Amino acid sequence: MATAVMTRLDPQSRAAARGWSDLTIRNLFVIPTILFLIVFNIFPLIYSLGYSFTDFRASTNAPANFVGLQNYRELLNDPFIWSNFAITAKYVIVSVVGQVIVGFGMAMLLNRDIPLKGLLTTLLLLPMMLSMAVVGLFWKLLYDPSFGIINYALGLGTFEWLSNPNMALYAVALTDIWMWSPFVMLLSLAGLSAVPKHLYEAAAIDRAGPLYTFFRITLPLVAPILMIAIIFRTMEAFKTFDLAYILTSQPTTELISIRLYKMAFQEWQTGRSCALAYIVLIMILAITNIYVKYLNKVKER
Amino acid sequence: MTQIELRGVQKFFGTVQVIKDLNLKIEDNEFIVLLGQSGCGKTTTLRGIAGLETIDEGDILIDGQPVQHLKCSDRDIAMVFQSFSLYPHMTVYENIAFPLRATRMSRTEVDKAVREIAQVLRITDLLGRKPSALSGGDMQRVAIGRALVRRPKAMLMDEPIGALDAKLREDMRGEIKRLHVKQGSTTIYVTHDQIEAMSLADRIVIMHEGVLQQVGSPEDVYKYPSNLFVAQFVGSPVMNVAKASVSEAGGEARVTVDGAAEGFAFPRELLGKLNGKAAVGDLKLGIRPEGVLVRHEAADGFLPVEAHIIEPLGSHDIVDLRIGGEMLRARTKAGYVDKAGDRVFARLDPSHAHFFDASGQSLGVRL
Repeated sequence: MATAVMTRLDPQSRAAARGWSDLTIRNLFVIPTILFLIVFNIFPLIYSLGYSFTDFRASTNAPANFVGLQNYRELLNDPFIWSNFAITAKYVIVSVVGQVIVGFGMAMLLNRDIPLKGLLTTLLLLPMMLSMAVVGLFWKLLYDPSFGIINYALGLGTFEWLSNPNMALYAVALTDIWMWSPFVMLLSLAGLSAVPKHLYEAAAIDRAGPLYTFFRITLPLVAPILMIAIIFRTMEAFKTFDLAYILTSQPTTELISIRLYKMAFQEWQTGRSCALAYIVLIMILAITNIYVKYLNKVKER
Repeated sequence: MTQIELRGVQKFFGTVQVIKDLNLKIEDNEFIVLLGQSGCGKTTTLRGIAGLETIDEGDILIDGQPVQHLKCSDRDIAMVFQSFSLYPHMTVYENIAFPLRATRMSRTEVDKAVREIAQVLRITDLLGRKPSALSGGDMQRVAIGRALVRRPKAMLMDEPIGALDAKLREDMRGEIKRLHVKQGSTTIYVTHDQIEAMSLADRIVIMHEGVLQQVGSPEDVYKYPSNLFVAQFVGSPVMNVAKASVSEAGGEARVTVDGAAEGFAFPRELLGKLNGKAAVGDLKLGIRPEGVLVRHEAADGFLPVEAHIIEPLGSHDIVDLRIGGEMLRARTKAGYVDKAGDRVFARLDPSHAHFFDASGQSLGVRL
């Protein structure tokens, strides 16, 4: 089928002179990518599943012993792991809710005729384009209690953002909100501008107030695309590692990915960390599935 | 009980003036049709009355109260859009209930009103469906239901059946008429289709390039067009217009189409009614195809003409007759003229004739 829609090769072209067909050229482009994927993604994925049933430690030469489900059993009974999950859940909720409110709000503000709209949108997208490590280092300076600009601007004196264990997680989430709200804004803006103008006119004629129009017209019509933004951001927030790792090392900010990193590369419990990675994977799959189910329900019309 | 009045309404889009000094008074319970080509300002006028568009000058009065500074929600006017504008994520029931729920009406009242209107529109069995599962006609019924359900002061309709196919359009036309008779509300209806206008309107308002051309009952507008634009816009097939001159011969008036050898006989009074505008270049003759009488044999007052093109339409034929340098379209019985090139005899019915001056204004001649 794929070959049927392809355009024929120009018989004068060099490719044709070498005796190549469309199919050959397609394979030239596709096969390296697939090989790359298999070697670096799919093979480790399957291999680590094997390790997760052993007591393998990558730091020693001791052979791996098969231990069955022991890793999983111990991890799921470990209250410290559960507290990592609780921290992660708190972080995901704060960060995603914040991004949706800020991002959607900015999209609402931008979704009208204002001067320099294009430039403004581009500038607002900048945080999203920076590297995580840069953002982390940057915000570490901004948060600094003695010379950070945030305390100076807000008049908070020497308020401890990152070394205060009760505040650190929120500080990380705040940075994440700053960085990724533009992403939600971008998708919301696409959704908002796709709502036909005549529906707003009809609502105005039907005497609907601004709030009623927002909750009964705007929000339901933007919901599918907003859901996609939320799915992406939830998955990403669940996996957050770099930002939290760079900004702070409080026990209250030990997200599940940081725990995983420490278990794998500081404590060298390779088998066990593989099992934890699989538990995280299954959780993300489950959450995403719930969203996708809901998304399909929203889109059904 | 709603009267709508427009006083000196002006509207500009940038430097383009789309409504030029519009004055119009609409009586209670009247069905008014705004008729004109696209871009003539009729939709802008309607949107101005609805409050979706601000006007630059003049007053819009509803029941004597100026409303041009009010938001559309405060004018208590309902509107049906050409694009239907149904809320795609709501069922038919929710769509119709929307204007009631938006004003916080109680649940039981909403339910009663929605079911009542659904019954009137015969869409009760569609209430649970989404708009995407409806046919064009049903979508428009729902849109009309949504407008009617809250018993507005006035109904505005912007080409409500323009997007439907011909057969359905005819059905819906009848239905809109039936609804208007039954529900009775002041209605302003915008269309570019003169047949729709003729069949629905109590009064037709014809606009051209932002200027009101004529207001009158369908019969009035058809029989006594005030200028050439109205004459040619209303009626199908289009009215014949030919350059002509009028002279006196043998105690009768003679109307000679430009380039023809002989003139058609007209009553003598015509001469006195033309204000001296009798020469070619000053005068235009307008006559509808049914005013051109055709027969096979020569007879008194009939001039020989050549049939040029014959359009058989089933119930009747439209025959193009060449006379002098002009073509006159005549309406004949089906199959009356055999084939193109045939020689037949034609006469003009004086009571169907219209005379216009060089600028296109009607001279108001009624014979």
